[in-house]
Amino acid sequence: MLHTVNKSPFQNTTLESCVRFARSGDVILLIEDGVLAAQAGNVKKNLLEEALQKCEVFALSADLKARALTDLVPGVKITDYSGFVDLVEHNTTHSWL
Amino acid sequence: MAEDIKKIMFTVRKPPHGTIYVYEGLEVKLIMAAYDADISVVFMDDGVFAVKKGQDTKDLGIKGFAATYGALVDYEITQVYVDRQSMEDRGMTEDDLLVIGEDEDTEEPIKPQVLESAEIAAMMAEQHNILAF
Repeated sequence: MLHTVNKSPFQNTTLESCVRFARSGDVILLIEDGVLAAQAGNVKKNLLEEALQKCEVFALSADLKARALTDLVPGVKITDYSGFVDLVEHNTTHSWL
Repeated sequence: MAEDIKKIMFTVRKPPHGTIYVYEGLEVKLIMAAYDADISVVFMDDGVFAVKKGQDTKDLGIKGFAATYGALVDYEITQVYVDRQSMEDRGMTEDDLLVIGEDEDTEEPIKPQVLESAEIAAMMAEQHNILAF
């Protein structure tokens, strides 16, 4: 199962809810403002650390680059649009909008 | 036959009235109910406010749609769930939930079923499609 998150964790609780409902083996993909959660050392980093205990967590490279995010929470992987398509192809997707 | 039936879950995470999402989602549910699909609806996060009883939009000058939730069972949408933590985080209890229909035989009112997050997560994993509103 793939969860996409496109909201900043500093503005609402979307990522928090996603992590609560994500199950072991699921994949979380941060897109748009969702990638802000991946900035190393951010005050909400515990959310991603909790997610990484049970899930693979990806961030979309175009959104990282657009926001100058290069130093990421350890364990977060980077993917591109083609990787995004692969993830959608292989998983039922829920968009945490 | 049975294996052709798609399991489709609707998640409702936005509060009602502030945006059109929740109402639009309701319309989609009622349309989808006309097809052979195994439909479930889960209210979570601020979406739990959509199933709070006693909503009165008269002073907003809009019709409101809470009454339509009262007919979900008539549309054969009986799998209606509420995330317990979302509800409790917002100071709501099961008593605050509106009625979504009545039992055909006993005429007892039916309310959305309150589930733990892990139960909902397990249901999500079984779906063919999940639509978010």
